[in-house]
Order: sequence, then structure tokens, then C-alpha cells
Amino acid sequence: MITKFLNFLLAPGLFQSPQVAHALILGSVVAITSAIVGVFAVIRGQAFAGHALADFGATGASGAFLLGINTLWGFIGMGLLGGLGMDMLGRTPRERDVTTGITLSFMLGLGSLFLYYVTTKTTATGAPMTIFFGSIFLVNPSIVSIVIILELVTLLLLVILYRPLLLSSINPDLAYTRGVPLRTVSLLFMSALVLTVEQSALVTGALLSTVLLIGPAAIAIRLTKRLGTTLLLSVFVGLVTMWLSIVLAYDSAQLPPVGRGWPVSFFVVSIILLFYSVIYSFTTKGSK
Amino acid sequence: MRNLWSMMFSPGLFTESYMMNAWIGSSIVAILAGFVGFFVVLRGSAFIAHALPKGSFAGAAGAALFGQNTLLYLLIFAVGEALMIGFLGKKGRHDAGTALTLAFLLGLGALFLDVSNVYANGIYSLLFGNILGISTQDIAITGAIGLFSIISLIVLFRPLLFASILPEGARAHGVPIGKVEISFLVLAGLATAIIMPITGTLLTFSLMIAPAAAASYTTHRPTHAILLSIAFSLLTAWISLCIAYDTGWPVGFFVAVIATLIYAISRFFAKSVKRKRRLLNQSGRR
Repeated sequence: MITKFLNFLLAPGLFQSPQVAHALILGSVVAITSAIVGVFAVIRGQAFAGHALADFGATGASGAFLLGINTLWGFIGMGLLGGLGMDMLGRTPRERDVTTGITLSFMLGLGSLFLYYVTTKTTATGAPMTIFFGSIFLVNPSIVSIVIILELVTLLLLVILYRPLLLSSINPDLAYTRGVPLRTVSLLFMSALVLTVEQSALVTGALLSTVLLIGPAAIAIRLTKRLGTTLLLSVFVGLVTMWLSIVLAYDSAQLPPVGRGWPVSFFVVSIILLFYSVIYSFTTKGSK
Repeated sequence: MRNLWSMMFSPGLFTESYMMNAWIGSSIVAILAGFVGFFVVLRGSAFIAHALPKGSFAGAAGAALFGQNTLLYLLIFAVGEALMIGFLGKKGRHDAGTALTLAFLLGLGALFLDVSNVYANGIYSLLFGNILGISTQDIAITGAIGLFSIISLIVLFRPLLFASILPEGARAHGVPIGKVEISFLVLAGLATAIIMPITGTLLTFSLMIAPAAAASYTTHRPTHAILLSIAFSLLTAWISLCIAYDTGWPVGFFVAVIATLIYAISRFFAKSVKRKRRLLNQSGRR
């Protein structure tokens, strides 16, 4: 009885498959970093920037497809270029919204040209699908270790930045009078954001890295006010969502159309949205 | 002279019937985008302007799966998304709610595409649009919705402007801010749905943001800014259409490049004018 239920819940072969093992490792690493960086991104009101970075990465990845280099470097290279450019162009908060928009639209234009060439002039007709929707089960095993190292670098950067970043996110004026170099902190945080977003874009697809960044953080921020608790909660939500989604996606191979399975990203966004709506309705009722 | 003329406007640019549709369609769309864009930039809702077309992509994917009219699905998804963003962002911050709404719709789009297994080229034209593939029937619907949106924007003009610039003041004067905002979001959704099939998911947004942002650097009077924004966006659309017809490259690319160029030029000019004024003031004081 119990084994039957377990078999239903966790389809047979789940833990034997190397793809699933890789997916679980990469998924966890990406979810942890995204959840932590995401909290700061939400506090600083950089959800739009975080989303834009994923699109810059998609443009870079299309360029990488054209040049025939590893898409990881396309993602990160273009992300850094666009992210730092965006940070320099938009000094005031009012300007930031529009400059992010303009940079993004330019990058998307460039991306459309690249993809036009990729799909018409090369044989890689599936490139747009891979770049935008990626599949965590199909990640090239050779990049697993690179991704892990880069994620560690990102986390280290955040640990070093922690106090000045926190102060300048919450109260920039006070940070300024205390002598925190605001521009440097902002640029360094942008680099951390770039590394995080681009890697989750590579693993989960450019269109869906946003949800890993913003979702867990937005949920955690609604639930608690203390930063340490927020970070932990955010990581917890991110990890649980990721694991659940991978398992569900693996199970979904039994749903129609049989054999291909539903995308992991679909489960990630549904679970996050469900979480958020429940918590949203509870917290708004409470505050009234 | 004639050579130059035919190089700029290759034969058939104005005579082919599908090009006629493209000219009319892109003009309607550019006027609407310029108008809506003014408010988008003023309210700082570039993210929403980006999220609406991208989320509606799920609608287009759904239409491909269920074999229905794409425009109908785009309308349903764009307006639905606008309402959802309005609902989630009711208290304070729009951006996290927008991001979540967008991500959810994209996930849905990914599922639709995965299940229907549309060929890669199909996705390509969903994402980047196809200005040369507008039917006469689409033009009629586009025109009707475009006209409706523009008239509604004119009716909403004063309360919306007030609520965008001075929300507190507007509330004190009894402007129903929540209703005004939701109406604006719905109008932006309608605009998105008709712009999208032409310029594509990813670049609807260029046409909404860049011309209006360029106009905001040039003038501070709302009516001037709106007219200028419409002029810029028409210019962008027309030039892009010409070059795209000549080269066969995606229209979206040219829209993005030209719009960015116009923005860069007006930002640069605004800066240099400001600097000149400051210098004049300083020398006057001395």
C-alpha cells in the first residue's frame, strides 16, 4: 500500500536517472542563490532589472549559438555588458525605469536579429526554444561544476557586500553620510545579480529565471520583517518549489502527451503563484 | 536621382497589397503606442509595458494549441494579465506582482508550446511578429480596437494625468484613483493585443517606451509630449518598414535600433541644452 503510494508520488526510476540527479543538484544551487540575491533585488525595487538581465542573456546566448561558443559565456557576457550599462545610464530612480526599458528593447532587437540568423542560416532551428525555455533535464553535464563555482563566487560577493548593501538598500541617504560608496556597491550588486540571473536562465530557460529570483523573495518578505529570517525563508521556499517541480515534471511524463513530460518551469511558476496568492490574501486581510 | 529613389524605396513598397496592409496596420499601431507610451513613461510603468506583450505570448501559444483566432486569445490574455497586475499591485508596489504575473503566464505559454509541439519557426514568428502577414480582416479589427482605445484615452486624459503626476492631490480632489488605474491597465492591455501580431512579442514594448521617453526629454507640456511621441513612433515604424522590406531582416530589429537612436539623440540634446543654460546662468551671475 505504502509502496504503491510512493510509486505514484515518485515515479519509478526517479533516483536512478543521472539527468534527474544533475537537475536536482543544479536546481538546488540555482534556487539557493536566486532566493538570496532575490531578497535584495526586491528590497531595492530591481525586479524589472532582474527580469531584463535574463533577456540580455538570451540575446547573448543567441549570439553564442551564431559564433558556436558555449552559451554559458554568451549569457554571462551579454548580461554583464547590459547590466553594467543599465546601472550607469539610470542614475535616479525615475530615470532607471525608462533606461532599463530602453536598454532592454535595444537588446531584444539585437536578439531578434541574432535569432533570425540562427534559425534561417544555420541548422540549429531549435535554438530559440532552448534559449527561452531551456530544460533542466537536458543541461550539459560538463557545465555543472562551472555553475557551482560561479554560484559560490556570487554568494561570497554577497557576504562581503552584506552590510553596506543592506544599509544602502534600505536607507541610501544614511549610507551616504556614513561614507558607503553607493555607486560601487550598486555596481557590485548588479554584477552579483547578473551572475545569478544568467545561470538560472541557462538552467531553467531565460523566460523563467525571473520567478526563481522574485517569487521566493516576495513571499518571504510578506511573511516576516527580520532580514535573517527573510533570507532563510526565501531559500526554503525556493528549494521546496524546485524539488517539488522537478519531481512533478518527472512524474508528468505519464500525462498526455505521453513520454515528453510537462516543463519544469510550468510547475515552478504555478507553485510559486499559488504560494504567493495564499499568503497575499492572508496578509492583506490581517493588515486591515 | 532615380537610382537613389529606387534604392530607398524598392519597387512594390507601396503597391503590393500585403504592403498596403502593413502600412495601414503599423500606422494605427504606432499612433496608439505613442499615446499609451506617454502615460507608461510618465507613470514609470515600463515593466508593465514589457510584461503585457510578453505574457500575452502565452495567449498566442494557446491559440496555436487550440487552433483558434490568435487575436482573440491575445485580447483575452492581455486584458486578463492587466487585471491581474492591477489586483496584485493594489497595495503599493507593482513590480514584484508584475514579475510574478509575467512569470506565471510564461510558464503557461511554455506548457502550451510543449504540449502542442509547435515547430521552432512558429515560435519565432510568435516572438518577433510578422509585419508582412497581416490580413485585411485583422486590419479592420485592429482599427476598431485602436480607435476605441484612443477615444477612451482622450476621455480619461485629465483624471489619468492628474492621478499619474500627483496621486495624493488627485485623491483629495475625489478622483477615483483605483478605477482610473485599472482602466489604464486594461487600455494598455488592449493596445498590446493589437500591436503584438505586427511587431512581435518582444518589440511591442520598444514602440511604447522609446518614442515617449525621447519626447519626455524634449518638452514638458503633456499635449506636446504626446504629439511628439506619436510622431516619433510613426517615424520609427515607417522607416523600419521600409528597411525591413528592402533587406528582409526582422522588422523588430529596426524598430528597436531606430527607437533607441531617437531616444539617445534627444537625451543627448536635452543634456547639452541644460549644460548651456547652466553656463549662461553662471556667467550671468558673475
